[in-house]
This record gives sequence, structure tokens and C-alpha cells, in this order.
Amino acid sequence: MAIALSIQNLTKTYANGFQALKGISLEVEEGEFYALLGPNGAGKSTIIGIICSLITKSSGKVHIFGKDVDRDFSGAKQLIGLVPQEFNFNVFEPVEEILVNQAGYFGIDRHTAFKRAEQYLRQLGLWEKRREQARDLSGGMKRRLMIARALVHRPRLLILDEPTAGVDIEVRRSMWQFLRELNQSGTTIILTTHYLEEAENLCRTIGIIDEGELVANTSMKQLLSELHTETFVLDVKTPLSEIPRLRQDCLRLVDETTLEADISRDCSINSLFTELSSHGIEVLSMRNKTNRLEQLFVRIVEANNKTGNAQ
Amino acid sequence: MTFMEQYIAFKTIVIKEVLRFSRIWLQTIIPPVITISLYFVIFGNLIGSQIGDMDGFKYMDYIVPGLIMMAVITNSYANVVSSFYGTKFHHHIEEMLVSPLPNYLIVLGFIAGGVARGLTVGIAVTGVSLFFTDLGFYSLGVIISTVILTSTLFALAGLLNGIFATSFDDISIVPTFVLTPLTYLGGVFYSINMLPEFWQNVSRVNPILYMVNTFRYGFLGVSDLSIGLSYAIIIGFIVALYSYAIYLLHIGYGIRR
Repeated sequence: MAIALSIQNLTKTYANGFQALKGISLEVEEGEFYALLGPNGAGKSTIIGIICSLITKSSGKVHIFGKDVDRDFSGAKQLIGLVPQEFNFNVFEPVEEILVNQAGYFGIDRHTAFKRAEQYLRQLGLWEKRREQARDLSGGMKRRLMIARALVHRPRLLILDEPTAGVDIEVRRSMWQFLRELNQSGTTIILTTHYLEEAENLCRTIGIIDEGELVANTSMKQLLSELHTETFVLDVKTPLSEIPRLRQDCLRLVDETTLEADISRDCSINSLFTELSSHGIEVLSMRNKTNRLEQLFVRIVEANNKTGNAQ
Repeated sequence: MTFMEQYIAFKTIVIKEVLRFSRIWLQTIIPPVITISLYFVIFGNLIGSQIGDMDGFKYMDYIVPGLIMMAVITNSYANVVSSFYGTKFHHHIEEMLVSPLPNYLIVLGFIAGGVARGLTVGIAVTGVSLFFTDLGFYSLGVIISTVILTSTLFALAGLLNGIFATSFDDISIVPTFVLTPLTYLGGVFYSINMLPEFWQNVSRVNPILYMVNTFRYGFLGVSDLSIGLSYAIIIGFIVALYSYAIYLLHIGYGIRR
């Protein structure tokens, strides 16, 4: 499998002395759906900015499918598509023209550009809006427009910087479906997001950045396996006055009809239900208290902060 | 990028730039035509008829080339500075920066946009001038080459202003405090031979003087200065400003963090 993105010892120190990246190295294989996570200001957008030449790096190397972005600038750029965090198109231009111009910057002739614009605008549900100025689109449509624009030159590596920020759940789910299909068709995708449910749903590999350092880089499955305990919320039918005494002493009473249960990975949920039934407690519904990835993310970032403070 | 891809990319920027100023023609094309028409009426007709001849020509005939050139200069400059700074301010410069466009194509694309607006306004003003005088052409080659070179030079100057600008104030300071005074003192309304020797020498430091004189030479066949020297100065400035613009884009000044 080819390496879609290779970053070696990437550092960035801004003019004010702030060190945004402290020697990050990572690789993303071709065909991956990679989540790049981190708290605000961790350095995610700086990495993306450097990969796409919007930010100049202080040191380090970046290769896209083996092409050095410093030495083979043009070749590397042809392979990347970027969906940035902020809207960065000319809001006074018609939707279709934004795509056609972007294709033109990549050397794609206007006839082909119009055909591709139609393809992606249809796929992303914007075809009816093609003649409208971009400023007249809703927030969700603007996000989809940026995805269409990033795809118009058919990049092999698509980078999305918080693509679903501020988008309603229905549009978000349709965008997930689109991105899944795109990834299945062979496009490598790197995604940054603050919606950890989104990362868990879409991505197979994950990197966590904190304070300019890569603190985790592994498969989603491997990372989630590190979660030893999950917390579930149980809604019970009959109001309870006290916590039932069970063999597994893992319950908390949130209110008279809601219990929280910490379940170890090596324990069966069935045994908990059996015990609750034996106490005459009927469970109406059950859900995760927080997203599993969120629990791990918070734990990793907190651990990194403690290490940093100790040093 | 192959040569053909580069050509397509360049054409894309040019089309985008031309569409930009064409869509807002009421703000970009009509105002300079009205302003220059007022110059024709007030300075050319009303005041000019009291002044008499200048260098052996009617005053109106004498100032028309300078006024056309003034419109070309200000519009070439204004187009690029406002377009480039707007592109930077609203971040859609990033559309170009993430693409494989080489820096020289970005520079050439914006210059072409500035030249296109300068020439459009220049042609419109020339058309209006025909209502006031019968324009003669002494050398069409000099007229065309001077107007293209001058608009290229001021499009480049506008680009540099756009690269350095960090606020909308910055894009109006240079036109107001540098460009307009230099244009007015660049022999648009008078021959520098009318000035005392000291001020004639001071005037010779003003590059716009050379452009106005060369352009006027194309219409009337007279110039206060050497035509060869004028071309050398214009081309010299173009080479210097182009190299500087390429250098600034190469280091990412004002466009990359």
C-alpha cells in the first residue's frame, strides 16, 4: 500500500515565538480514512495549512504520494484537495463559476470543468443553485460547495478541516455518506473534527495532537480497545428510592428512574440485566453516557497535559 | 504543470478578473469616463479656450493624450490593488495557493486584469474625447506600446500595494498621496518647458512624465523628452517591480502565514 501522506519532523514557530508544531511525524496510507483530532489550538489546522502551502513551515518534510511538496510543488499539489475550516470562496461569484475557476487553476479546460462541476454539484445537491451567488447559500450548502470545489480536480488525497461545523444533523449524515462512498472509491481522506462521533463513525485510523505534539497515532479499533470501562445510562420503569445492591457494585442513581452503570469490557451486559431483573427492576432503554472515543480523547489529552505540567 | 495547463490557468485568472470589473461596470468603467469628460469640458473647452496654444497645438488637443493616460494609469492600478487585496482579505487567494499555480502566473494574471481595465477605460475615454476634438495619430505603434507598457507598470504597482496592504486604508493611501500628485505633476496639463529649469529637473524624476510625454508623442509627434529614454525607464520599472512581486510571493509575504 502506498503512503498518501508522509510528514517528518514538522515544526512551526510563528513570528511571535509561539511554537505550534514541535516535530510531528506521521504517515497516512493510501485509501485510509484518517481522523486528526486535538483540542482547539493543538496544531491541526497548522499541519493542514503546511501540507497545502497556506502556511510556511519552520522545518521538516512533507511528501504527498512520494512527491516532496518543496521540490515537486506542482506534482504534489495536483494530488491534494482541501476543504478548509472557514468559508474562503468569493461570495459574489455564482456557485458553478467557483468550481470552474478552481478547475482552471489546476489546468483543467473549461469544457471538462463544467462537466465535473455538474457532476459534483448534482452529487452534493447543489445543482439547482448553480447560478446563484454563493452568498445566498445556507451554511450547510456552503460547506458542500467547498467539498465540491475541493474535488473538481479529482485529488487522490482529500483533507477536510471540520467540514461539518455548524451543519444540522440531517445534512451532516448525508455528508458522511458521501465521504464514505468517496473513500470507498479510493480517495484517501484526512478529517479533523470536534464531533468525535463523526470520527468514530467514519475513520479507521486516528491521530491525536495536543500542544503541537502527536500523542496518539493508531487504528480506531486499537484505540477503542484501550477503553476498559464504558458508562451506560439506564432508564428504569419503576421509580427507585435507593441503588440496588448487586454483585457488580457499579451502579449510581442519577434520579429515581435513571441509573448509571460502569461496565468493564470483560463483563457481560447480560449479567447486569439478569441481576436487575432479579431485583424486579425493568429497564426501558439504555444508551452510552458519552461517545467512547470522547472518553479516550479526554483521557489522552488530560494525561498529556499532566505530563507537560510535571515537566 | 504543462504549458497548456499553465495557459488554461492564466486564462482562468484573466477571465475571472475581467468578469469582476465588468460586472460592476457602474463602479469601474463609468466613473472615470465621467470624470475625464468633465476635464475635457472644464479644462479643455472652458479654460483651454482662454489659454491658447501649447507647443503649437490647441490646448484641448494637447491635454487629451495626458488625460487618457491619466485614466489608464489610475484604473490599471486601482483594479489590481482592490482585486488583490479583496482576494487576500476574504481569503479566496487560498483557492490559488492550494493549486499548482506558479507564482509568476498569479502575477501575470492579475496584471492582465489590470491592463484590461486600463485599456477598457482608455478606449472609452478616447471615444468621449472625439466629441471635443479631432484626434490625429502620429504613430499608432507608439500609442499602443506606451499604453500597454504603462498599464502593465501600474498594474504591477497596484499588485505590490495589494501585497503589502493590511487594511482597506492602505489601498487608498498610495493612490491619494502618491499616484494622483505624480500624475498631475507629470505634464498632463502643461509642457515642462514652461517651468523654470530647476523645476524642469525636478519633474524629470517623475516617471509618469515620461509615459505621458511618450503617449502624447504618439498622437502629436512632439515630446519634451527623449522617446528612447522613456521606453527604457518604463521597461526598467516593469522589470524591477515584476521581480520584486515574484520575490514577495515566493517568500509568501502577506499571503502565507
